Amino acid sequence: MKYLCLIYENEREWESKSPAESEAIMGEYFTFTEDIQKNGKYVSGEALQPTPTATTVRVRNGKVSTTDGPFAETKEQLGGFYLIEAKDLNDAIQVAAKIPSARWGTVEVRPVVDFSADAAKREEATSARA
Amino acid sequence: MTPDPRPVTSDIDQVFRTESRRVLATLIRLLGDFDLAEEALQDAFTAAVERWPRDGVPANPRAWLISTGRFKAIDGLRRRARFDDSLGAIADQLGDGTTAPHELDDESVEDDRLRLIFTCCHPALPPDAQIALTLREVCGLTTEEIARAFLSPAPTLAQRIVRAKGKIKAAKIPYQVPTRAELPERLASVLHTIYLVFNEGYSASSGASLTRHDLSGEAIRLGRLLVELLPEPEALGLLALMLLHESRREARTSAEGEVVLLDDQERTRWNREMIAEGVALVERAMRSRQFGPYTLQAAIAAVHAEAPSGAETDWSEIVGLYDVLLRADPSPVIELNRAAAIAMRDGPIAGLRLIDGLFSRGELGAYALAHSARAELCRRLGWTDQAIDSFRTALALTSQEPQRRFIERRLSELSARRRHPAPEGM
Repeated sequence: MKYLCLIYENEREWESKSPAESEAIMGEYFTFTEDIQKNGKYVSGEALQPTPTATTVRVRNGKVSTTDGPFAETKEQLGGFYLIEAKDLNDAIQVAAKIPSARWGTVEVRPVVDFSADAAKREEATSARA
Repeated sequence: MTPDPRPVTSDIDQVFRTESRRVLATLIRLLGDFDLAEEALQDAFTAAVERWPRDGVPANPRAWLISTGRFKAIDGLRRRARFDDSLGAIADQLGDGTTAPHELDDESVEDDRLRLIFTCCHPALPPDAQIALTLREVCGLTTEEIARAFLSPAPTLAQRIVRAKGKIKAAKIPYQVPTRAELPERLASVLHTIYLVFNEGYSASSGASLTRHDLSGEAIRLGRLLVELLPEPEALGLLALMLLHESRREARTSAEGEVVLLDDQERTRWNREMIAEGVALVERAMRSRQFGPYTLQAAIAAVHAEAPSGAETDWSEIVGLYDVLLRADPSPVIELNRAAAIAMRDGPIAGLRLIDGLFSRGELGAYALAHSARAELCRRLGWTDQAIDSFRTALALTSQEPQRRFIERRLSELSARRRHPAPEGM
């Protein structure tokens, strides 16, 4: 089963870190990523640009409304994510707990919907009609 | 004379009472689904009511019920699969419906009960859902019974349980006993849930009845089950704490249903059996040297329980235990309790200073018991006006009926005292 680990942290704190501190954290991230690549849990992962670069898009009554900034203004912001493959929620929690930012930020773990069963069914229905 | 081989309905009732939760716990493992397992449990007992009077009670009723329930569930899935393909796939995954004997040995079945407890109390579920699910699945209470105990509408409770089961399925919360590494966090969640159930029964947060015995009884039963399955120090500590509180149940309300403070309780009405059991558990937990907040609170309750009277209580010991507890689990409520113990050891003014310190730090301002503790100390000092002020604040903050009556009684005594001042000590 796939789980998305969303990494929330206070992005301001990054600005106040010394280059040595930032480098140390990046090093931890590289090690973590390598580890989960090795044990087959890594699917993908990205770091995001800070929230001032974010744009929020909504369509209401057919009209696109675009606003500047993230969906919600909070103390912690979405800074990156990992998509992982885990046996179950406990397994996913174990992986999430090793993400360096979990120690100062928050990691939200969300199970990913598996559409493959539905897709197979649709295919079957299509071929039955054919 | 040969004994009648045909069981009477009471035998089946007896089996249901002792085995239904075990059978359910194992069926959840075998079928991988709460709702399917509950249905299978019902089907298995329906089959027992039909067949046992005719064929006799099987040698191992539990194994019979589990195998029958599992078979019926898979059979049912196959029949429904004719209308819904996805059910066929589930049935195929579950196998041919026969159950290997090793799946039903005592050890696996007892592990299943632990799996069920840890799954119902999984920290990924909201706390109120953990409570509802635990009472429903582990204790076998009906949704209506849980709703009544928590004074909430039954549909709300039912909804909560449905959502929790939905999350277990959707997020794939596994049915397993946590590993050693996960155990501290997961056990804390189980203990917290049990303690919340106990407290809900011990001092209802609102409503007319101070004690809702059934919930405290369920919590103690859960505590015993946990100690039996997983004798971790803090599990022992929690069971001890609940027993030591429960031992005072009779004495903490008067015949008229009024609150009686610890100091004024008739100690002969304390349940000595529960105290002995609680004290033995505290000692066992303390010997492990890996105890935590529950054991420390139980140790404090044990000092009270063993004291012949309020005045003869070892208050220094209690203050010392609160000091350790504050380091292990800092909280303003524990500071308040420590202040009350200091007041007993060093006099009311020392306690009052600590409580006022808490208030000036912005803590516990909305906590009724903090204001009534302050009021009691003022009353003891003969500071009638201050005592009245604090009792009034406490009264405005509590919705618990017996608590309100207690405060009102104190207030009318104090107003009488203000009109006819008596010499100190009266």
